[in-house]
Amino acid sequence: MDVLQLFVSGLANGCVYGLIALGFVLIYKATEQVNFAQGDMMMLGAYITVGLTNAQFLGWPFWISAPLAIFIMGVFGYLLDMFVLRRMFGQSQIAVVILTIALGFVLRFIAGLIWGHEPVSLESPIAGKDVRFGGLVLGLDEIVIILVTLLLTIALYFYFNRTRLGVAMQASSQNQLAAYYMGIPVKQVNSLIWALAGAVAAIAGILFASKGSIDPSTGLLGIKAFAASVIGGFGSLPGALLGGLIIGLIEPFASRYITPEYARVLPYLLLFLILIFRPHGILAQVHSKKV
Amino acid sequence: MRTLFKTSYDTDINLFEDGRQAFWYISLIIIMAALPFLLDDFVLGEMTSLLIWAIAGMGLMILVGQTGQASLGHAAFMAVGCYANVLLQQAGLPFIIAFPLAGLISGIAGFLLAMPMTKLHGIYLGIATLAISILADDLIVILSPLTEGVRGLYAPMIEIFGVPIDRYGNPDRFYYLILAVALLVVLVYRNLLRSPLGRSFAAVRDSEVSARAMGVNIARTKAVSFGISTAITGLAGALMGHYAGIFNNETFNLILSIQLLLMIVIGGLGSIHGAFLGAAVITFLPQFISGIRDWIGGFFGATSATLPGVETAVFSAILIGFILFEPMGMYGRWLKIRTYFELFPFYRRDMFKRQKSYLKTERMR
Repeated sequence: MDVLQLFVSGLANGCVYGLIALGFVLIYKATEQVNFAQGDMMMLGAYITVGLTNAQFLGWPFWISAPLAIFIMGVFGYLLDMFVLRRMFGQSQIAVVILTIALGFVLRFIAGLIWGHEPVSLESPIAGKDVRFGGLVLGLDEIVIILVTLLLTIALYFYFNRTRLGVAMQASSQNQLAAYYMGIPVKQVNSLIWALAGAVAAIAGILFASKGSIDPSTGLLGIKAFAASVIGGFGSLPGALLGGLIIGLIEPFASRYITPEYARVLPYLLLFLILIFRPHGILAQVHSKKV
Repeated sequence: MRTLFKTSYDTDINLFEDGRQAFWYISLIIIMAALPFLLDDFVLGEMTSLLIWAIAGMGLMILVGQTGQASLGHAAFMAVGCYANVLLQQAGLPFIIAFPLAGLISGIAGFLLAMPMTKLHGIYLGIATLAISILADDLIVILSPLTEGVRGLYAPMIEIFGVPIDRYGNPDRFYYLILAVALLVVLVYRNLLRSPLGRSFAAVRDSEVSARAMGVNIARTKAVSFGISTAITGLAGALMGHYAGIFNNETFNLILSIQLLLMIVIGGLGSIHGAFLGAAVITFLPQFISGIRDWIGGFFGATSATLPGVETAVFSAILIGFILFEPMGMYGRWLKIRTYFELFPFYRRDMFKRQKSYLKTERMR
């Protein structure tokens, strides 16, 4: 019973990592850019929701403020690409990495300036309620997180593989110039994908903030999520979720059965080993070109 | 505009391009050597810090600027250098032996770690080095019996041939020590660039395919570059340990790694000047910000409330500006300004324009 509870809470944690990783993968899949600020965008999305919902700030109803926050983050992502990332066309990947790292620092500072550095948690309808299955007590928040993550991953997976826009996004990533010749508006497509990533980040933030508390440096969680997406296979949506779940499950079990110090190391050790022995992750996305 | 008339093959690889350049650099060294007589202890301490940052920056620059391999984990090697230096001194070795050994150990660590990573490039290498940085932080805690973990270690006082050197007791001697190390590293760096190894670094950076076609062993070159880079960074780490006096696992965390990388990008990738300019920004920015804050506070009825993270945020904002508008960094800007005046009035706007490249996926090979 204890093991099962540990399993479910690990699963829920893993889903949050998976959601942030999903944001990384979305952007990487469609633009080959790596957004190190994804964790900070999650933090920002969470703070916007908190700022709208919590009684100490605006005190709006959750069901209005949550969609609004998701929308705001979507617009934020779109504008970010339009005004900042678009200028990075043709520059190296690492330049984008450095840029987004710096962006993350700026976002963290702004969030701290507006909402303070005290940890806050979201007053959402799913926070702190229990669901009982026989003798098993599970948090409602954990179940909601797992369900939302699953649905979102499936939806995005089909979006990328079955819809016109999704395929256009893949095409513009594989060869910008060729995609442009085929009539795909590469710039808009890139901005849209950033908007999508912003919205996903906001959803992750809302779920995370109703499960625990957030503070401006929560964004550093993004690094763990980043490890997750690499373990799963960078560029693969199910891979991001898989990697997130692996890390989410390793942590509670390792700190329970080994020592907490080693538990902190394990995800990164796994990441390092995966990079050396299977550089493209478990669900590798590298195909050799047919000649 | 000056034209260099080359009369021998050596002209291409001379340490200084011409007599005028040699004059300016030598006067700079003389000014640097005279600083302890001109500045008070506080500013001298800041200059010392600048030089340490510059050494670390040069270490990273060899990897990022010359070989084109981005590392997000160099603080780990600063930690290796720092801990090796202090632990060797605790074991009874004098500073003059422990210090180079610390660099060597950190270099070997970097070389060995780089061996399995030579296949990785671009973003994957960045992630692997990021993992190294985080692992190093935790490893220091796990190795507590040796490293004292969270409680931290004290750097002993340096003594070279009976001359005591202390950061607080006699800051001028400490400054000279760091200046000497910095000059040595600059010389090593310059000579490295003139050697076949340095040329192969540049070849790997510019195009791995063409480098391989020219007979450069890519894996070996990358690993050697990593080793040299981490050795220099390790030296900087050892000096930083002495500068800080006390250090623990938090001293060399991921943020430091990232700051190092941001610093050399602001300074300008691929040049020694870049490392120094970036170090100057990172050292003097906090002073500058607190000055501005006092100045603004004077208008709005002084509030001395500190904003946490404002230094990093301003630093990051500057960096974003540079990446967007001047990807070559401060040194690149200076080169443009200098060329403008040298060629006046024939400077054209797109003289330094890079060729646009369009993106193709890495996932299709």
